[in-house]
Amino acid sequence: MAKQGFLEKNLRYLFPLPAVLFVIILMVFPVVYTFFLSFTDWSLTSGKPLSIVGLESYLKVLKEPRFIESLGRTFYFTFGAVIVEMVLGTVLALILNRKFKGQGMVKTLLLLPLVATPVAIGIVWNLFYDPTIGILNYVLSVLKLPQSGWVSDARTVMPSLILVDIWEWTPMITIIVLAGLAGLPSEPYESARVDGANARQVLFQITLPMLMPTILTAVILRAIDALKTYDIIYSMTGGGPGYASENLNVLAFKYSFEYFRMGQSAVMLVFLFAIVMLFSLMVMRVRSIFEL
Amino acid sequence: MKTKTMIVFVLLLGLLLAPMFAQGTKDAAPQEIRVLLANHPYGELLKTKIPEFEAETGIKVNYESLQESQLTNKLTTEFATNSSTVDVFMTRPLQEGLMFIKNGWYESLDNYDFADYPKNSVDIGRKDGKAYIVPLVTEWQVMYYRKDLFRKAGLSIPTTFAELENAARVLNKDGIAGIASRGKGAAAVTQLSSYVYNFGGRYLENGEAVFDSPEAIEAIRYYGKLLGNYGPQGVTSMSWENIMPVFQAGKVAMWTDASVFYGQIVDPAKTQIPAEDIGIAQLPRGPKDDSPFTVVSWGMAMSSASKNKDAAQKFLDWATSKELAKEGMLSNITMARNSAWADAEVRAVMNPGLVETQAHAAKNGYPFDRPFMSSVGQARDLIGEVIIESINTKGTSSKLEALAREKADAVDELLKADGEYGL
Repeated sequence: MAKQGFLEKNLRYLFPLPAVLFVIILMVFPVVYTFFLSFTDWSLTSGKPLSIVGLESYLKVLKEPRFIESLGRTFYFTFGAVIVEMVLGTVLALILNRKFKGQGMVKTLLLLPLVATPVAIGIVWNLFYDPTIGILNYVLSVLKLPQSGWVSDARTVMPSLILVDIWEWTPMITIIVLAGLAGLPSEPYESARVDGANARQVLFQITLPMLMPTILTAVILRAIDALKTYDIIYSMTGGGPGYASENLNVLAFKYSFEYFRMGQSAVMLVFLFAIVMLFSLMVMRVRSIFEL
Repeated sequence: MKTKTMIVFVLLLGLLLAPMFAQGTKDAAPQEIRVLLANHPYGELLKTKIPEFEAETGIKVNYESLQESQLTNKLTTEFATNSSTVDVFMTRPLQEGLMFIKNGWYESLDNYDFADYPKNSVDIGRKDGKAYIVPLVTEWQVMYYRKDLFRKAGLSIPTTFAELENAARVLNKDGIAGIASRGKGAAAVTQLSSYVYNFGGRYLENGEAVFDSPEAIEAIRYYGKLLGNYGPQGVTSMSWENIMPVFQAGKVAMWTDASVFYGQIVDPAKTQIPAEDIGIAQLPRGPKDDSPFTVVSWGMAMSSASKNKDAAQKFLDWATSKELAKEGMLSNITMARNSAWADAEVRAVMNPGLVETQAHAAKNGYPFDRPFMSSVGQARDLIGEVIIESINTKGTSSKLEALAREKADAVDELLKADGEYGL
């Protein structure tokens, strides 16, 4: 009887327990352990047990030019992809928001890239991009335009990868913005009509400002995802040619699973963690200003 | 009422979690082993034969097959976290052998009969007198070429590097690349190795990086000149898996790579070129030497953490047996066992080009195609930077020497960190 009393009294702790355990085991522990590893020199190639070396791994990583370059590339990829996706996604949503024939089908088609597996997307795009036997260069040659090396040229690899990301993720922004549009109140529009506002004014002074929180939400989600991009880059270029498309995540993967230098890899992941964290905080702050 | 809800909740939770612990309670009576195979023709062959082994011995074999680098990742992660349930696995002696031996992840094979194997192929997997790896497959550098294109151009098969360069120049036209070879940094290291040897250079010597020697630099320049001028577009991002379809589509006249791909490039289901137009020849000799790499690309080993060593040993003996080696040879896989090459039935059907180049490589070859060290992955990326610089500048880069010296120093640092410098 007493035991049942205890359980019933603490029911509110018991029910969230699985979720809490899940978060601790699968999220908190790995993060804490990664922090711990970043202060060690754990490397499988030396055959020695790990020892704590303080900031040595941090110094090694900061002196590595590949790390600095990959940091820059991480931001380049994120901003390049997210800005285009935001503009394109919003425009698409505004177009799709009015009634027209075949609207349902267009929406379904738009969703397709979202449900495809990233690695499969990477493999297929690699076939498109192949400079000798790929379809893109074939199309360019038919149109008598200069051909490109796409992902096999260090100068064009990043834009080519960004293009794939845009193709894959623009629909997500569109869908979120469409949901936002459906939820907008109709009163401001009615009073705007009464006041004689034109379509442009309605768009820039009513629709977009009211949509801003929604768009920002979509941007945060996308940006955090883009900062951590791994699958598309790894399956398409493996970070190459040379190191020309290595972002932070790909570099960290190489350090742990190809070089087996776990300590230095952990340092890179700590930096990535800090960047994602900072970014989320920043955007949350911006949002709170917007919404007041 | 509330108590009932509670009980239902706990029961449900139990049901949900039960499968996680099921493994531990399984009956141990029928013997079971876990085997990791590579996505390699020999792994494929084993998969078709495993049911026979199971029927014969009553041992249940749970196998998984993985792409080579994922296989290394999986093994390393499982072994490093002491959570491995792997009993037997395919392994790449030159890529991971040293690191696995160092960490004690291989079981030493004290009772295995190595008499049928070339001594140097067993020595790669040996340390302090103990052998750890059974050699499975050997491969060596060859040159695949298009007989029809050579005929049309009136060229004979190149036997020197000067002739090779000339042939590449002449054949490089009409949308067909004169020559292809791996240009993707780290992946190119193994294929460049024979060029380096033929110029008289090495990657490592006495535990020190020497790929910045004048001989090695000359080789890297030559390789860059060939691929930069006459290679397929985008060659610096091409490994064998990117070159093969281009060759199969008829867009490459010559291709230097490992001997294992012969079976696939003459397979009529994959190639647009008739098999009689595809030739196989040895890599032309260089100014200093005629010594292509010839390596044990795959071996088989037992995990030291195996809980079922008897069954694992049985599987290992079976999977590396003479009979299966012969089967492998009959499906164009170049096996490591001497007896497999001596077999009359095998010799009758084997491609003569393959037999000739094997004999040449076995006699003159060098048993490494990459720097043999624990940090080989990182070292390959470092050497790869020099290769890419050379290809991008068609072999003319003025900073190649300085770059090679810088990367050789970096490789020396890795050797020092791993305690392998100067050994």
